[in-house]
Amino acid sequence: MSTDTPTIVLVGHGMVGQRFLEALAERGLTAAHRVVVLCEEPRPAYDRVQLTSYFSGTTPEELSMTDGEFIERHGIELHLGDPAETIDRQARTVTARSGLTVSYDTLVLATGSYPFVPPVPGKDATGCFVYRTIEDLLAIEEYAGARATTGAVVGGGLLGLEAAGALKGLGLATHIVEFAPRLMPVQVDEGGGAALLRTIEDMGLTVHTGTGTQEIVVGEEGAVTAMRLSDGSELPTDLVVFSAGVRPRDQLARACGLAVGERGGIMVDERCRTVSDPRVFAIGECALAADGRVYGLVAPGYEMAETAAATLAADEAAFTGADLSTKLKLLGVDVASFGDAHGTTADCLDVVYADSRSGTYKKLVIGRDGELLGGILVGDAEAYGTLRALTGSVPPVAPERLVLPAGSGAPAELGPSALPDEAVVCSCHNVTKGTIRGAVTEHRCTTVPQVKKCTRAGTGCGSCVKVLGQLVDAELEASGVEVDKGLCGCFAQTREELYEIVLALRISSYQQLLDRYGRREARGGDGCEICKPAVASVIASLAPAIGADGHVLDGEQAALQDTNDHFLANLQRNGSYSVVPRIPGGEITPEKLIVIGEIARDFGLYTKITGGQRIDMFGARVEQLPLIWARLVDAGFESGHAYGKALRTVKSCVGQTWCRYGVQDSVRMAIDLELRYRGLRSPHKLKSAVSGCARECAEARSKDFGVIATAGGWNLYVGGNGGATPRHADLLAQDLTDAELVRLIDRFLMFYIRTADRLERTSVWLERIPGGLDHVRDVVVHDSLGICGELEALMAAHVAGYRDEWAETVNDPEKLARFVSFVNAPDTPDPVVGFVPERDQIKPDLPLLAIGTRPLEGSAQR
Amino acid sequence: MTLAPETTDLKVQLRLEDGWFTVCDLRLLIPGRGVAALLPDGRQAALFRDRAGRTYGIDNRDPFTGAAVLSRGLTGTHQGRPFVASPLLKQRFDLLSGQCLDDETVRVAAYDVRSTA
Ligand code: SRM
Ligand SMILES: Cc1cc2nc3c(=O)[nH]c(=O)nc-3n(C[C@H](O)[C@H](O)[C@H](O)COP(=O)(O)OP(=O)(O)OC[C@H]3O[C@@H](n4cnc5c(N)ncnc54)[C@H](O)[C@@H]3O)c2cc1C
Ligand code: SF4
Ligand code: FES
Repeated sequence: MSTDTPTIVLVGHGMVGQRFLEALAERGLTAAHRVVVLCEEPRPAYDRVQLTSYFSGTTPEELSMTDGEFIERHGIELHLGDPAETIDRQARTVTARSGLTVSYDTLVLATGSYPFVPPVPGKDATGCFVYRTIEDLLAIEEYAGARATTGAVVGGGLLGLEAAGALKGLGLATHIVEFAPRLMPVQVDEGGGAALLRTIEDMGLTVHTGTGTQEIVVGEEGAVTAMRLSDGSELPTDLVVFSAGVRPRDQLARACGLAVGERGGIMVDERCRTVSDPRVFAIGECALAADGRVYGLVAPGYEMAETAAATLAADEAAFTGADLSTKLKLLGVDVASFGDAHGTTADCLDVVYADSRSGTYKKLVIGRDGELLGGILVGDAEAYGTLRALTGSVPPVAPERLVLPAGSGAPAELGPSALPDEAVVCSCHNVTKGTIRGAVTEHRCTTVPQVKKCTRAGTGCGSCVKVLGQLVDAELEASGVEVDKGLCGCFAQTREELYEIVLALRISSYQQLLDRYGRREARGGDGCEICKPAVASVIASLAPAIGADGHVLDGEQAALQDTNDHFLANLQRNGSYSVVPRIPGGEITPEKLIVIGEIARDFGLYTKITGGQRIDMFGARVEQLPLIWARLVDAGFESGHAYGKALRTVKSCVGQTWCRYGVQDSVRMAIDLELRYRGLRSPHKLKSAVSGCARECAEARSKDFGVIATAGGWNLYVGGNGGATPRHADLLAQDLTDAELVRLIDRFLMFYIRTADRLERTSVWLERIPGGLDHVRDVVVHDSLGICGELEALMAAHVAGYRDEWAETVNDPEKLARFVSFVNAPDTPDPVVGFVPERDQIKPDLPLLAIGTRPLEGSAQR
Repeated sequence: MTLAPETTDLKVQLRLEDGWFTVCDLRLLIPGRGVAALLPDGRQAALFRDRAGRTYGIDNRDPFTGAAVLSRGLTGTHQGRPFVASPLLKQRFDLLSGQCLDDETVRVAAYDVRSTA
């Protein structure tokens, strides 16, 4: 390294530090400088804002904000786990814990904050934690799993509530202790606090407001046993999380004589240069900005990072202050505040709507000239994205119409289209509506993920993604981009639209649907292999409700089914079939095991335990299927629908009955669920699992709907997937009773069946549908569309109408007549189907092919 | 191709080198679905009937996998012509010519089919 390359040293590789590095790189400064980064944590920068999502399955790797590639490409020297310990401003050197000393030309401090722990006795006891880093979360999780059933959070602010939600998710009985008279005192006012309190308590958390923590009571082993509160009472608890605010980490700066504010924070000017030393900058939460504030949010930090980088590149930039809007990310509670939420501007007026029964509170602060200054939303933060972006301008409709609930008077039709171009839609990254429109019109983005990548909007706290989706759609439509969303060459409608048509008009025949609603050129024809099974599946899932005959081999239905459904078995590569009887929850008696063994032996079938906790018998010829099934039905087996786009298996772990860790009877629940949803036809296959505790031996979080037992009931996760693109399921709701669980799954599945595309697993669907998980939660948990009653009724009809397909088939000569090898020689085995021995069983004897190239398995339509 | 109001007595026949070969009663062909037939020389044919009542026959063997399964595929109409999609890897075959619609180098045998009393 030549000595005349100027050196930039960055202390702290957090969110803002990383953004600073990116800003340097964008301006070409990494090429012209040596850049050294001292990082205290054992891992490079990650998304602290989304920290809590770790508990709903996001891995530390997924939280990471950078990769080795970026660091390497820009020649950045990153020292992990090596914090800066001293700064010598005379010599212009920084010394790290390892002894490494680096000379700098420019020093940038991005050391963030530390969680404030009130100086109460016992605060350092085993079982006391803070909530700031991935390491903190890992420690909390481990401790909670090993030795806690109750937890308490000190502090009822934004972070405290997030931490409390996490503890509850870990299965702890959770308390929140807040010194102020209400929750989230900084963001919400008294009315909002009351609505919030009700919602939080309804979720099963215990809230103690107006109460201070006086002492942490420690047991004999040095671990927390209780908290002594200011009212003299004692609150027994096994674990304490302090979340009583943060303080800027300015110790390093103080020690080297840089000026800090009275209440902390490294004093900087509008360029983010420290007021004491022009060679030293401070950005992010450790800085006391020129407007006299320390910002505890990431967006202002990012702006400071940009400002500092621009200043180094001798560009004009200044940081003069920022917006403090926030939205709570805690599960199931909608709280948002934006702009001047407390109405501190002179002459401002409030518009308030409150409904204490539903826990809704909405307040807008309106300026003298009618401009929207800010507001607070509790219980229903639907309008947050739009309102925040409108802040500072006069809204296009009267303010009271913005807060009234839908249905009372004329609800405000105020979409993002009403926003001016300069409205900031994403405040985390300061992206305006104009920039987002530009991404669509100039950069040719056509999807939300593309726009996210192009503009960064939506990649912070995520609260703007909904508005983002609406804007992208509106823009695409406006620019006349016509995407043919049709199901196939025969139908211009999507699967969802066809579902609505079938349901509303009670159409139970494919031909009728094709002739009336198909594309003009397809009407009167024979359809195609794409729409036939898709429509058959729609008709089958709605069969009881639209009065269609339920059996997949009845009438016209039979002609629409894929070959697997047509023969109620899975076609194998040599033309033989596999047979999979249902084994609910994976539980099976020795007698039934023996029956399977006998049948497999008598018909010479290859047997294998599947990945779905049941047994597959391979190598059956088509004419053998009825004989095999007659015996299986006789022994009490039912179709396992391994062939159908339908419920496959509900796996289970052994659970509370046997396992020392189990907290609920996971086997019983798995069996109940499998029996309830068996036979349900859906856009793609459905898989599920139930685990008896958070150790998750049943791998429920890789399932379309997964259930994990907690001390208080069941947690429901949705949208998981193994397969080609694995996805961990997202937590939909916590601590449900049996009945609540079933009701939510009923609604979730029916909503999926109604709105998903053909062959779209729940994982893909959840990522695709506008609003994503939040929207699905609104619909199925909060019934925001008012359709839950209908969804439940549809599922009830399915459950009542269920009949075993194989039992019906073996008793129906007409259906059995189809299970022949040849129409003119029904009992002659297909000579092409041959087998050779392998490992004491059989395998297909594959024919030699005239065609050399075989398409990649699975590359064809599945 | 014949359309008759009363089909119960009709037989499906397929033309081989040495004349028409009777396969089965027409009523055994469900519109939109195929059946497999064993031919005298051991080869197999896949017979189909569309919703208009027209019948078709092609070789039953899927040339991409070697399995005799084309009779078990789903049928449809592509640009006005009837086709069947193999149930294994989903390639489509024109029912009149046997031509594979997804790979122009592949074709299976096609048969003349009729239904007579
Ligand atoms: C038999 C079995 C493998 C085994 O020997 O264990 C199996 C076999 C097949 N799987 Fe599977 N899968 C089997 C468990 C799984 C699992 C594990 C699980 O369920 O816990 C997965 C990953 C979990 C998941 O689905 O998220 C799995 C992911 C797939 C996929 C990829 C799905 C995806 O979303 O990416 C396919 C392809 C598809 O469905 O489009 C597939 C498709 C298939 C098909 C149906 C392929 C086909 O069309 O011929 C295979 C035929 C089964 C047959 O003929 O009986 N199989 N498959 C397992 C049967 C389970 C059962 O009892 O029903
Ligand atoms: C649970 C949680 C939820 C949050 N939710 C939101 C939200 O919804 N919206 C929002 O805007 N903000 C949110 N925040 C705040 C947001 O995370 C911070 O504003 C942001 O991380 C600040 O970035 P920073 O780089 O200044 O500090 P940090 O991200 O804290 O990074 C500072 C880094 O510097 C390191 N460091 C400190 N001293 C040294 C040293 N001497 N040597 C080397 N390294 C050092 C620290 O270890 C740390 O890694 C949340 C924070 C938490 C904890
Ligand atoms: S998930 Fe829990 S209850 Fe189930 S087997 Fe594993 S450890 Fe036991
Ligand atoms: S507002 Fe946070 S990501 Fe856009």
